[in-house]
Amino acid sequence: MSDITSLTLTNLVKNIKDKKISSEETTKAFIDRGGKSKDLNAYITEDFSNAMVKAKAFDKKPNFDLKLPGIPMAVKDLFCTNGVKTTAGSKILSNFIPPYESTVTKNIWNEGAILLGKLNCDEFAMGSSNETSFFGNVQSPIDKNLVPGGSSGGSASALAANLTPITIGTDTGGSIRQPASFTGTVGLKPTYGSCSRYGIVAFASSLDQAGPMSKNVKDCALLQEIISTYDEKDSTSIDFKRSAYSKELTNNIKGKKIGIPKEYRVDGMPKEIEDLWTKGIEYAKDCGAEIVEISLPHTNYALPTYYIVAPAEASSNLARYDGVKYGLRSKGENLIDMYEKTRSEGFGAEVQRRIMIGTYVLSSGYYDAYYLKAQKVRKLIKNDFDEAYKKVDAILTPSTPSAAFKIGEKTNDPVSMYLNDIFTVPVNLAGLPAISIPAGVDAKGYPLGLQIIGKAFDEQNILNIAYAMEEKIEFKNKITDWWIK
Amino acid sequence: MTIDLKTIKHISKLSRISVDDKKAKKLAEDMNSIFDFIEKLNELNTDNVEPLTSVAETTLKLRVDEVKSGNIREQVLKNSPGENEDFFVVPRVVE
Repeated sequence: MSDITSLTLTNLVKNIKDKKISSEETTKAFIDRGGKSKDLNAYITEDFSNAMVKAKAFDKKPNFDLKLPGIPMAVKDLFCTNGVKTTAGSKILSNFIPPYESTVTKNIWNEGAILLGKLNCDEFAMGSSNETSFFGNVQSPIDKNLVPGGSSGGSASALAANLTPITIGTDTGGSIRQPASFTGTVGLKPTYGSCSRYGIVAFASSLDQAGPMSKNVKDCALLQEIISTYDEKDSTSIDFKRSAYSKELTNNIKGKKIGIPKEYRVDGMPKEIEDLWTKGIEYAKDCGAEIVEISLPHTNYALPTYYIVAPAEASSNLARYDGVKYGLRSKGENLIDMYEKTRSEGFGAEVQRRIMIGTYVLSSGYYDAYYLKAQKVRKLIKNDFDEAYKKVDAILTPSTPSAAFKIGEKTNDPVSMYLNDIFTVPVNLAGLPAISIPAGVDAKGYPLGLQIIGKAFDEQNILNIAYAMEEKIEFKNKITDWWIK
Repeated sequence: MTIDLKTIKHISKLSRISVDDKKAKKLAEDMNSIFDFIEKLNELNTDNVEPLTSVAETTLKLRVDEVKSGNIREQVLKNSPGENEDFFVVPRVVE
């Protein structure tokens, strides 16, 4: 058998069920590789010794009926894990140990998976390169000094580097799909309301969604099937009939109508992205899909809308970090001084900037001009998709406007950093599901992804399209292990 | 429109984030470039558009108001940064 850590989740599960490998062997393999991969800085907190104890316990009394029998995995450090430090990549939560478990991670452990540790991410998930983390930037296994994307950068790096067989991230404006695209992996942002937000450190509540990240589409379908449950602890969780995504996965997409939105052909789009998209359209045709030109006229307004709505919600959500009940507390001369020093010392620059933007757009005299305006434009953006879906079953676009960039390349220009999310943000604003699959490489050999956007609650359909296209694309990630000495 | 230092100081007060002059200058620069970009929304006429507050087209569910996880004071206080046993301790607020 090839190296355990390079197996897909589906293969790993099969090998464990066939008793060819034990949970202990598997867990040890991922821990060993994690130990040799410190230079990637993918982990914020390792929980290796507990993982070994749990793996041995699983082997003693195995339950092979579970969907993730004794499978070790690491998760983004935005999910609260009972008794294991949860930082959200922030100094302000650097000592926070949750006394409860997020619903999404609880669902995973209930299926037999074992926590390896907590993965690095941009602070409060605010970033597109994992450079805003208090715990330092993450290296992409694709190349030295390359960003893995963000905010789920630790998740993407760990997955592509074989430190975990699958992982979960969160996506507010592209934080699963963009890092998946940058690292040659698969990432799904589910429909808003599909996965519970309970126990996930909140960024922008009307946009945040947890989702699976994996090495292939089948693994992604299996993980989505596990994490997507109705949860009464999240008031926006939606009680809809969820399909058995992995069982119902099919590569038969004959006759599916796939829309190509002309507005995504943005000014200055690199030729390699244009070519990738054209190639993607050919692959979809080869699979028997019908290509339809569509229009999403308000696409250009999505990013400015997002940069009002998301900071506004963040400024409200992050008001809770005041140094009183949990998290960091700085010394102050009085209560107000304590609040102000705690927040000034506890939050990083990007988070402070977004809180300030959010506070400004919600403040007296500016609410109508900015926040209300953005909510109205958000409606127009959603209407665009509603119109398009009268004609098509799904939409195909590039995942990002470029391949991964170097560490430090965009840190001084917030707007150029924000432009990374130009193709992913509209999906969050409209609450739709979308998946990014690896589809090619740029001139330097860096991975590029294609995004398939679906109708609300139609995850099965975009998984099927991704599955069919994946077979045609035959993408192979080239990881040289350059960080292992 | 430009956001000046006085506005930055005002927002910093509302945000409860202390900002010195150097930080305020940098913030003003960044926020002005971000708002230049945001101003694009004014190209659109939205007079007759209903604002979208939630993409989930369902009404919030009601539930019975009952205690489900009581008697967890110790857990709740465990992460508190002040040294205390039974309460959250803050700097003196009344003289």
